[in-house]
Amino acid sequence: MTPFVSFLMIVMAGLLVAAFMCLYRISRGPTAPDRAIAIDILGTLVVGFCCVMAMWTGQAFYMSIGIAWALLSFIGAIALAKYLEGRQYDE
Amino acid sequence: MNETIAQWIIGIGVAFDLLGCIGLVRLPDVYNRLQAATKCVTLGTCMILFGTFLHGAEAGRWQMGVSALLCAVFILLTSPVGAHAIARGAYRSGVRLWEGSVIDRFGEDLHGVHPPAERAEPADDGDPAAEPLESKS
Repeated sequence: MTPFVSFLMIVMAGLLVAAFMCLYRISRGPTAPDRAIAIDILGTLVVGFCCVMAMWTGQAFYMSIGIAWALLSFIGAIALAKYLEGRQYDE
Repeated sequence: MNETIAQWIIGIGVAFDLLGCIGLVRLPDVYNRLQAATKCVTLGTCMILFGTFLHGAEAGRWQMGVSALLCAVFILLTSPVGAHAIARGAYRSGVRLWEGSVIDRFGEDLHGVHPPAERAEPADDGDPAAEPLESKS
């Protein structure tokens, strides 16, 4: 195991801890916007995972997955915000 | 040399991600959580992407590096927009501010009460988030 691979494993462990904190907030969040924020943050973290996998395997297509994931996460965040804004208060 | 710089940048980015997610867990309010998490995670992920660019440039994998740079620019452009939209949607959907919050400029704009002295007597006992929807409809 080269030092670079062990460094990437440490990075992956840090990102996993952050992702589990996001999952805690998704499962426990008191309101719907909490969950929307945590889903948005989780989508940004997955781009970091894609970077780590691209460096680990040396394949460039993981970065394409990252770009597509960032785009879908942005569209999802905008859609969730629209849904939250259009909802009535007592529904 | 470049490889060491790339690893340092990636390490700092992961530290930013972790601190942002600790803020996402620990802070008391939707708006505080959004404030902490969005900025820290955007910066952290952009630093990871920039480290990937440096690593790809060092190893001669230019497709990976340029894709990482494009992705960093895209995240820097879109993530604050998404966070702003979610914060606005959260306020409009009636999520209250934390009790310790000291100022609410967006609510003042929606109510049309601009000087803080005018707002002092009646408006503080009510629900600050329920009123904009009533005044709108």
